[in-house]
Amino acid sequence: MLSDIALYGAIETGLIYGLVAFAIYLSFRVLDFPDLTVDGSFPLGAAVAAVLIIDGWDPWLATGCAVLAGMAAGAVTAILNVKLKILNLLASILTMIALYSVNLRVMGRPNIALLGEDTVLTPWYSLDLPYHQVPVLLFVIVIFASLILLWRFMKSETGLAMRATGANPRMARAQGIATGAMIILGVAVSNGLVGLAGALFAQSQGAADVTMGVGVIVIGLASLIGGEAVITPSTVVRALIACVVGAIIYRLAIAFALNADFLGLQAQDLNLITAVLVTLAIVLPGIRSSVVGKLTRKKA
Amino acid sequence: MISATDLRLTFGKGTPLENPALRGMSLTVNQGEFVTVIGSNGAGKSTFLNALAGEVIVDSGTIVVDNLNVTKLPTHKRADRVARVFQDPLAGTCEGLSIEENLSLAIKRGQRRGLSTAVKKQYMDQFRESLSSLNLGLENRLGDKMGLLSGGQRQAVSLLMASLTPSAILLLDEHTAALDPKTGAFVLALTTKIIEEQKLTALMVTHSMKQALEVGSRTVMLHQGQVVFDIAGKDREGLEVKDLLELFEKQRGLSVDDDSLLLS
Repeated sequence: MLSDIALYGAIETGLIYGLVAFAIYLSFRVLDFPDLTVDGSFPLGAAVAAVLIIDGWDPWLATGCAVLAGMAAGAVTAILNVKLKILNLLASILTMIALYSVNLRVMGRPNIALLGEDTVLTPWYSLDLPYHQVPVLLFVIVIFASLILLWRFMKSETGLAMRATGANPRMARAQGIATGAMIILGVAVSNGLVGLAGALFAQSQGAADVTMGVGVIVIGLASLIGGEAVITPSTVVRALIACVVGAIIYRLAIAFALNADFLGLQAQDLNLITAVLVTLAIVLPGIRSSVVGKLTRKKA
Repeated sequence: MISATDLRLTFGKGTPLENPALRGMSLTVNQGEFVTVIGSNGAGKSTFLNALAGEVIVDSGTIVVDNLNVTKLPTHKRADRVARVFQDPLAGTCEGLSIEENLSLAIKRGQRRGLSTAVKKQYMDQFRESLSSLNLGLENRLGDKMGLLSGGQRQAVSLLMASLTPSAILLLDEHTAALDPKTGAFVLALTTKIIEEQKLTALMVTHSMKQALEVGSRTVMLHQGQVVFDIAGKDREGLEVKDLLELFEKQRGLSVDDDSLLLS
């Protein structure tokens, strides 16, 4: 079984990846824009926050800058697509590749340790709480605030225009919606959330690393798809809650898999487990319905 | 008032598939006119409508809508003047959004969209009133997803959405063609009712000569990217499909070989 520390650790990371799942919901689901920029904007957020914190900036201000950096990365991807007419998937891969160099430039080296630095978590450790529960408390607040803001935005006139842009661009244009601007805004906001996640991740793990973004897109997708399997995303608020629930379930599943000694899995198997979990999350609902269909079909 | 002057547009220029869709199309539609547009396949009907809507930008010529030259403006920048109903009943609405969300999108057509709540309480009376005029019971289903509605119901809602806010012209692109005859007749009756009640200026493309003569106040026939004839008022009264065909042959020295024009 999981130790207390492993359990809270899984929830803590799950909450951070919940932000990534929001971002992927926004790009993949709302805008119908398969955006792989996140693999680059996650370490970008971490790098910007780490460098500024080392430089003595206020950690929240540094985190805010990480959000802006993520938004800029997203805007680049969207502009490549909207203005230069590059296929959306390819545009995001181009930005992702470019960000690897940018991240190395920002940090000046492959990784930065934040041990002993003041982070957004530092003041919270003075609370009368067990050490491993503090990040969970803070990240619950952050993700709850993000959820409310995103939900309100989706319900606003601009948010509705963004949803129409993804669902039916021709109709959106006929209603006077500048679909190109909506895609740029949406992908920027999406990557801003990923930048936030990267910044928080670096501060909670105590380091930023240029390779920490590898596979973030898959983890986000796993969270999104897993969450949708648990909570039917019939409304915006349900879809957002599904993202958080999916991300936490995913991290718990990983923690259990790595802790179950009889499976013989080790930390280096993480990406393999992720790929298997995503495949299962995509395939299982289909298999379930076809099995149920076979079992319940009375007449051939 | 809208006026299109000498519109020219060639698709696939410089390729073996070069296709001149508009070859000097000119048409002026006055305030309050309801013009029906007919023509065989490839006559340029849809291209003309797309050019007016901004979905395609013409190579040359000018389009003026209510004293504004919109020739080079993209669709969303002329949406305040141009309302549109598509041929595909699924194209005019978002199936993943509710009826009230779709209507709320349409009520802001061509206007600035901010961060206030999109579905506003003050819209509801207007939405319910216009939906109840359809007699489909939709006024009690405002929260339902659009995807739950049938094609005919969705086309009826598209029509409402297009007429929710004033426009200089309403473009109808064979909007009854994809519906079964009964539903098509219902949507057409609704169209004429809305256009008459709100005194809209409208341009309706149709594949059916009969329909083109039955509704509207003026009929225009397109052929090979140009207007071949344009009849209104006394000349148009009592005109039948065979008269139209004769007129067409006389004008062009051609015979109409497109069966679909004759049969529908």
